[in-house]
Amino acid sequence: MEALLAIVIGLQTAGGVYLILRRRTFSVIVGTALLTYAVNLFLFASGRLAVDMPPIYTPGVTDYTDPLPQALVLTAIVISFGMTAVAVLVALGAFLESDIDHIDMRRDPNDLDLDPDEIPWEQDPRDPGLETPKGDFG
Amino acid sequence: MLFPAKFLQIAEERLGRWGIPVTVHTDATLALIAALPFIGALFPGLMIRVGRNACALSAGWATLSALILLITLATEVWRGETVVYQVEWMPMLGLNANFRLDGLGLLFASMILGIGLLIILYARFYLSREDPMGQFYTYLMLFQGAMLGIVLSDNILMLVIFWELTSLSSFLLIGYWKHTVPGRQGARMALAVTGGGGLALIGGMLLLGQAAGSYDISVILTRREEVLASPYLVPMLVLILLGAFTKSAQFPFHFWLPHAMAAPTPVSAYLHSATMVKAGLFLMARLWPIFAGTDIWFYLVATTGLITMLIGAKIAIFKDDIKALLAYSTVSHLGLITMLLGFGTAAAATAAVFHIINHTIFKAALFMTAGIVDHEAHTRSIKRLGGLRQLMPITATLAIITSLSMAGIPLFNGFLSKELMLEEAVHTSWLGNPWIVPLLATFGGLFSAAYSFRYIVHVFLGPVRNDYPGHPHDPPFGMWAAPALLAVMALVIGIVPQAAVGGFLNVVSDAVTQEHLHPHKLKIWHGFTLALGMSIVATLGGALVLYFHAPLLRMWDATPKPDAKAIFDATVTGLHRASGLISNSMHNGRLTQFLAIFGASTVLLGLYAFFSSSHAPGMREMISPSVVDYIGTILLIASTMAIVTYHRSRLLVLVLIGINGLIVSVIFVRLSAPDLAMTQVTVEVVTLILLLLALHFLPKHTPRESSFSRRGRDGMIAGAAGIAIAALAYALMTRDFETISGYYLKHAKPDGGGTNVVNVILVDFRGYDTFGEIIVLGIAALLIFALGETLMDGKASRKLANWVHEMRYSKDRHPLMMVVATRVMMPISLMVGVYIFLRGHNDPGGGFIAGLVVAIALLMQYMASGFAWASERVRIPYHAFIGWGVLIAGITGIGAWFNGFPFLTSDFGYVHWPPIEEFELATAMAFDLGVFLTVIGAVMLAIYTLSHIARRTGESVNVSPMDYDPSTVIPPYSDTGRTEPPIPGRASRPTPKQES
Repeated sequence: MEALLAIVIGLQTAGGVYLILRRRTFSVIVGTALLTYAVNLFLFASGRLAVDMPPIYTPGVTDYTDPLPQALVLTAIVISFGMTAVAVLVALGAFLESDIDHIDMRRDPNDLDLDPDEIPWEQDPRDPGLETPKGDFG
Repeated sequence: MLFPAKFLQIAEERLGRWGIPVTVHTDATLALIAALPFIGALFPGLMIRVGRNACALSAGWATLSALILLITLATEVWRGETVVYQVEWMPMLGLNANFRLDGLGLLFASMILGIGLLIILYARFYLSREDPMGQFYTYLMLFQGAMLGIVLSDNILMLVIFWELTSLSSFLLIGYWKHTVPGRQGARMALAVTGGGGLALIGGMLLLGQAAGSYDISVILTRREEVLASPYLVPMLVLILLGAFTKSAQFPFHFWLPHAMAAPTPVSAYLHSATMVKAGLFLMARLWPIFAGTDIWFYLVATTGLITMLIGAKIAIFKDDIKALLAYSTVSHLGLITMLLGFGTAAAATAAVFHIINHTIFKAALFMTAGIVDHEAHTRSIKRLGGLRQLMPITATLAIITSLSMAGIPLFNGFLSKELMLEEAVHTSWLGNPWIVPLLATFGGLFSAAYSFRYIVHVFLGPVRNDYPGHPHDPPFGMWAAPALLAVMALVIGIVPQAAVGGFLNVVSDAVTQEHLHPHKLKIWHGFTLALGMSIVATLGGALVLYFHAPLLRMWDATPKPDAKAIFDATVTGLHRASGLISNSMHNGRLTQFLAIFGASTVLLGLYAFFSSSHAPGMREMISPSVVDYIGTILLIASTMAIVTYHRSRLLVLVLIGINGLIVSVIFVRLSAPDLAMTQVTVEVVTLILLLLALHFLPKHTPRESSFSRRGRDGMIAGAAGIAIAALAYALMTRDFETISGYYLKHAKPDGGGTNVVNVILVDFRGYDTFGEIIVLGIAALLIFALGETLMDGKASRKLANWVHEMRYSKDRHPLMMVVATRVMMPISLMVGVYIFLRGHNDPGGGFIAGLVVAIALLMQYMASGFAWASERVRIPYHAFIGWGVLIAGITGIGAWFNGFPFLTSDFGYVHWPPIEEFELATAMAFDLGVFLTVIGAVMLAIYTLSHIARRTGESVNVSPMDYDPSTVIPPYSDTGRTEPPIPGRASRPTPKQES
């Protein structure tokens, strides 16, 4: 069980990190959501795993799971909603104000070849099938 | 607060060792004296509305009261006692408000307050009607308070704070005439130099405190051996001296002082002759018992002082601006005093103290006379002055008396301390050479006599001219009263020194040296000594230099000299450019790059930590997984990999992330965390709705725009991070640990009154955390609201108003089935919410989960019938939910105070109402209610904001709850020929009522 959970946590972390390294706000938001799962599970696991031992006081029962990480994670889950919501609004505002949902700040939004590593998305030769989001500009 | 007995004991021991009859006296008056200038700073700004006299008086009374209080303490100090007062502030850091008044403190405090009083009087007449006088006195009082703080502090950290305050307040004073360029530049330069020195001083003081084991001056003074044995002695001393030298304008930091002369003359007289520039001297005198006598102290301090004395004096001779002349002469005299302190003998320290007194008296008066000349003749250039003796006889008399004192002529006070200085110089050899110091000191005296004579001869003597810019005449009494008083003091000290200051000088010298000295009585005539010969040479030489001033000036002008201001400006510009280059290259705005660097370096640091220590395998017994566990894991792995693979298709990703979150909540169920599972499920729902709403306005696809190598790099970072975290999690889970949760499990029921330990922790044991968290959540929601409101105007709003929807909508936006189903479910889900809330203290549930459930119940109505339709039927604004939630939680916490418990201590009891079985009431429930309301408010406000943006794009608003309402449909009449029934729900669509 421990090994399975560790794999899950690691995979979610890897996916989250990969996504927050993307250039678009939406990917970063999804990436942070994945990272949030991983972090919450990790925090939760720091209380060690227990099956069928809920932290509900019951007379006669001596073995309980650790309630403290659970309390911490519970608030963390709720706070992460607040964080995601703020991030979403910021991303939305940035897109509406600047016509572009890049997370990298540029002095000139049209100056797309600042990074030699980057393929300007208007002229993506490898992926012509992708729908360009023209309609979103109104 | 009484002074701790231990401290008294230390102080008595220390002073007793030096043979001083000791008493340490605690007196709260000391703190009041230190506070009075700051209190006084509050009034001038208000009193200026009454009048200029009232404004000056309001500053004056505080200074006068502080001075009177100081005099009441003076008798004790005179007897050799030390007056102390302690207010504990941060005892753990060693940072306490400790005040101390001994001889040295008394000297400086009386100078600060006495000269301060005279300056307040002088400034009243000096400032013109155009100058904002309220500001001036406010700044002046702030400065006075900071300066008093330095000299009365018994804690070196507090001293440093006051030290920086003097830099700041002097910045305001130097730049008082904001409209002048030299004023602004001079103020900046002074702040950069003295403030920078202050930073060095902080480092030095911390090292000193560490070495001495205490930050209290009283204790540090007893720890000479420990400090001198410190391995950091050299950096400590260099840093402290950097602070002192910059403040006291010692070479090579002397250049700021002449530029600070752009300040009004009262400021120059106060800061740049009497007080601020003497703060560095004060510091050196204060720490004298620790460092004096060591080689490094001698060579650093005495040499710097000697060089400063010579350079300052030499430049002063050739300055045409009378304030610049006085400024460089001040630099020179500060150098003289620094040199005396550097000699490290008790006699030299006494001479230094004596010269501090004398210099303050004659230099403040000289600045005031220069101010009068400037004020009346409208110029400070010596080239345009001369012959003022006939036009302004009183000012001329005062200026001549004080100049002769500065030149060191017998019967004036400057002579006495100059003789003592020369006497000490004769006995000092530098690197084994006994001639160099006396010779250079004589030259210093010679230059000093030369510029003093020049001030007299070129400004006041000579024929009356007819081309003064103004009409010079003596000022009103108020303006010359202050310099006159100082000139009289200069004469009195000069003629009867022992009677005037002999006793006081003993007290101060004892305090500086921490020894009981028996100095010779101050006398004018010591017989024919070498010092007298040097003095005569210096005076005659000075006269000679003045006689040959014109050719010397031509030589001076012909020699190239480094311009300090140009060098300073170039340095500042260079630093500015360099830091701009660094920060622009590092903060290039590429967040992805920052994140990649951050991620990679975190992994590398973790790797380093892993390989640099030993490891033992984990021994904890593992839980064997069941088939379901495998299935769940496979699902999660698949969905996570799908998210990464298909992350370009944003809608699909939302579905996948939903799956991921749901399985996470199942994991919580499986691993005995029912509360977490419920929270995760509900949060997942609202998060997805939020993301869906946002995606409405964002591009629906992410284009591929990273090169293959870039994706490979990111993949490697991500993979490394994932493996690292997985290994860490595995290592953590396979090891046993000590938990503090036993306490919570044991006390939840008896002390918290609940059996659900997680909930009791949230609302009781760690209620403060929860309280903070709901506040954060509320702030986040309000921030979202504010952001949304901002988007309602400007570019974003215009774009929204002209929005063309990319996707086609379903024709049936508010389907009948959904509307009916949500209406039926509404009461049920509300009941479930209340149920979860009520049982939360004992079973899985609680305010967080209940709030989310109720929010989802409301959201379903919004989804079914449209946000506008639903929100018209909600009477309470969501902000109020947040506000009430936080308020209720806070009030519940405060309630504990009235029962004598700390904030958020919960109480509970059991109630029995006949029809219902016995149940429990806990104050924690009221707290949980606050949580509940905040969560509802926050979630709904976030969704409301997004829907508000949607309505800005012109989405129509429903009049009816659903698009097709069969109950309102008129039965079709086949004979009318109509083929279609009218649809009331759609009736509004052709002319949609737009809300914005």
